[in-house]
Amino acid sequence: MRGDTQEYARFDVKNEMLREVERIVLTLEVNGEQKQLLVPVHKTLLEVLREDLQLTGTKHGCELGECGTCTVLVGGKPELSCLLLPVQLEGEAITTVEGIAQGSELHPLQVAFGELGAAQCGYCTPGILLSAKSLLEGNPRPTRGEIREALAGNLCRCTGYTKIIEAIELAADRMR
Amino acid sequence: MKVVGKPLPKVDSAAKVTGRALYADDIALPRTLHCKILRSPHPHARILSIDTSAARRMPGVLAVITGADLPIKFGILPVTQDERALEHEKVRYVGDPIAAVAATEEEVAAAACDAIAVEYEVLEPVMSIDAALAPAKDERIQDYGGPNNIHKFVALEFGDVDGGFARADHVREDVFFFQGNTHLPMEQHSAIATYVDGKVTLWSSTQVVHYVHRALAKVLELPMHRIRVIGAAHGGGFGGKTDPFAHEIIVCKLAMLTGRPVKCTLTREEVFYAHRGRHPVLMWVRTGVTGDGRITAMHFRSALDGGAYGSYGVASTFYTGALQTVTYDIPAYRFEGCRVFTNKPPCGPKRGHGTPQPRFAIELHMEKIARDLDLDPVDMKRRNFVQPFTRTVNWLRVTSCGLEECTERVIKASRFHGRERRAGHGMGFAISSYLSGAGTAIYWNDMPHSEVQMKVDRGGVTVYCGAMDIGQGSDSVLATIVAEELGLQPSDVRLVTADTDTTPIDLGSYSSRVTFMAGNAALEAARKMRAMLVEAVEASGHKFGEVAFEDACVLAEERFGTLTSAGSYTPPKIAGPYKGSGVGPSPAYSYSACVVDLDADARTGLINVNKVWIAHDVGRAINPLLVEGQVEGSVYMGLGEALMEEQTFRKGLHKWPSMLEYKSPTFLDVPEIETFIVETNDPEGPYGAKEAGQGPLLPVPPALCSAVYDALGVWIDEIPVTPEKVIEALRRKEKGEEARYGPPLFPTIPYPPTIKVEPPPRSANAATASI
Repeated sequence: MRGDTQEYARFDVKNEMLREVERIVLTLEVNGEQKQLLVPVHKTLLEVLREDLQLTGTKHGCELGECGTCTVLVGGKPELSCLLLPVQLEGEAITTVEGIAQGSELHPLQVAFGELGAAQCGYCTPGILLSAKSLLEGNPRPTRGEIREALAGNLCRCTGYTKIIEAIELAADRMR
Repeated sequence: MKVVGKPLPKVDSAAKVTGRALYADDIALPRTLHCKILRSPHPHARILSIDTSAARRMPGVLAVITGADLPIKFGILPVTQDERALEHEKVRYVGDPIAAVAATEEEVAAAACDAIAVEYEVLEPVMSIDAALAPAKDERIQDYGGPNNIHKFVALEFGDVDGGFARADHVREDVFFFQGNTHLPMEQHSAIATYVDGKVTLWSSTQVVHYVHRALAKVLELPMHRIRVIGAAHGGGFGGKTDPFAHEIIVCKLAMLTGRPVKCTLTREEVFYAHRGRHPVLMWVRTGVTGDGRITAMHFRSALDGGAYGSYGVASTFYTGALQTVTYDIPAYRFEGCRVFTNKPPCGPKRGHGTPQPRFAIELHMEKIARDLDLDPVDMKRRNFVQPFTRTVNWLRVTSCGLEECTERVIKASRFHGRERRAGHGMGFAISSYLSGAGTAIYWNDMPHSEVQMKVDRGGVTVYCGAMDIGQGSDSVLATIVAEELGLQPSDVRLVTADTDTTPIDLGSYSSRVTFMAGNAALEAARKMRAMLVEAVEASGHKFGEVAFEDACVLAEERFGTLTSAGSYTPPKIAGPYKGSGVGPSPAYSYSACVVDLDADARTGLINVNKVWIAHDVGRAINPLLVEGQVEGSVYMGLGEALMEEQTFRKGLHKWPSMLEYKSPTFLDVPEIETFIVETNDPEGPYGAKEAGQGPLLPVPPALCSAVYDALGVWIDEIPVTPEKVIEALRRKEKGEEARYGPPLFPTIPYPPTIKVEPPPRSANAATASI
């Protein structure tokens, strides 16, 4: 937003607009489904999920890798989809919040989050569910400290985190 | 009670945990255009020219608008209509909107914004309260208000203040500063509009669909019935989405011009500049007490750094002086408040709106007085607690009041009086109170503040209400109340909410008003419906509850035809007989008490909060799970404000407009929180309920600062309590200076003469004092 960069910006803009946007064909495996896509090469996974695949359960809070809201699982591990390019991810299994229920049966984490009021506005919830799912898959009996550590990259402004921790503990109990 | 008081899941929890809830940015309509806004790079400048020709020529650009296209001013308060959706004459903060583009792609819209050439005459920015009190170097920021860059003065006096000070055995003065901070909702503001058949429809991430509706009608020059505002699923407000915003108006205008849906989602950096958050407030307080610590008089002064526009600022100014009397019985009270304009993003309401700052000051001030008199601070505060069913000196009507019980619960559970004495360990105590909804609407009218309609048909129950669920659970409150009356479960009730076309009015999710006001409206509608069902069932020779609900519905529809009912809520007229009495009255006040336990490291200045105990008088918990969630979230946000959050600027630019640099507490930073729900059964609340969403934040910052004093023997009289401030205070203590970090003095402010208001008769109780 600085004034002295405006001239540069305008110069770049003109060139940018004249340039053909490079698009690539790729296949992503999202929630167990193979999706063939034609997307601009610079589009992030977050944008492709939300805009090309209509998987709007994945949220954005900063698009700079700071808030954890866009967390998805890649090969079972939590990753920030705003910092990934789909070209990196061919052949990888991507899981979003839409993919964690079995049909209409909710995942134990989803059930526990509802029961214990761990989702208030719900905006951070998809990312937190995925971070928690990854945690419990690797560590079925996490301590409170381990839960806090694993979730430290996911910000929430509503709950004060307390009910989220309780819900993860409840789900862990039920999943064992 | 079958469902009231039960810890049931929120009615929208399934949508939230599956990713199905549609937030404004999730709404995708065919042929949607993307909007980007060009914003000012200067904190204070005149606009000499705007050249949009290059932007208009770019392929993919369908419309470019400037202030000339939206010249009508708006603002949340009728007295400060000082904003334009796009400024074409002058910009007043970095981020002030100047032009907007609608294009086929977001990147094209951004590139087109970059291609707009704006010529500025840069003016000297005003960046502090002190600078705003002095004559402007170039020109004033706004062309209204008091002298220099002063926006608003308040000067009120209740009772014999000078006599009260004369009577005092001890008088103390203190100065405090509460730094500004921002809401930081996880969801960036977003809005999408369509224009079809001469009608505008807007989906927005807003807390106040009705006030957005009004602002759109004014600026777009359309009758309200040609505008529909729908609250999308809401990703967090905390007061930050309580003003009508430029981008909401802009997308409507662009939709009208292009005939296509237009969406605008702010970037995180733009959200920091949109702000409307906590005012930085400098405060001076002088109190007289008797030898046993009873208050004889109080004089409170505030100076608010308002930023560039009015926003809620007039109300915020009054709020810095209004609620002191609602926790402590102050027999004589003088309040002088002042808000200034500065070249920063406008401040407005954040959780607690204008009251956490004075609560911080008054609680620490009382702690210091108690130590002056060698009294136990908890005992001394208790001695001054207001009593239920009384009127305060500034005419506020107190009904139910659980201060005593809240205090008892946290003091006992935390073993405050038997606390461990070891180096660096400390505990602090504070209390607070907050409104259950503002007693007056933002614009003067005698209509209800909340309305509910119900339809029952073939066993299905649908509730229609303008209330906006921002995550706090207002939809669940409506469903629970209706379910209780009809003998159903909340999940049996269908809800249609926050849509100006299909739902009757509710003023919005601000001032903690929804449970109390929409709750009472829902209760009235549900009881009327129940009466019809009961009458029809009894006419058939049965008792209500003996026949299936579906059968009762058939009997009632046979008897009465279409089954609809309505309820509404209008707050009682209880404001005092003076100008400015509209800010402060509420149909009921919530009360909280809090103890913070921490360890403070004298070497590093770092503070580690071990545990927080909090008790909250919510009147009655309609859903204790949701009340706990509100209380825990308030404690968390209060800790963030007390320890790390600050919205500060360098040369007009936000110092850290990112979620990484603007520090907020993570999973690792929040301690164990033990919550006690105290129920006082308010006579006017729905089932006795009061608010829970804001009040519990207030005692946290002062309790934390008292705990730091307990641990290290230094007062930190301004928040956030950063390690640097702790170290500096310890250094001063070591040098034999005052063991304190905080503002040295309060500036000389040309407050007008106080308006003297006769207090209500001391004997007046709530029942007799109702007008």
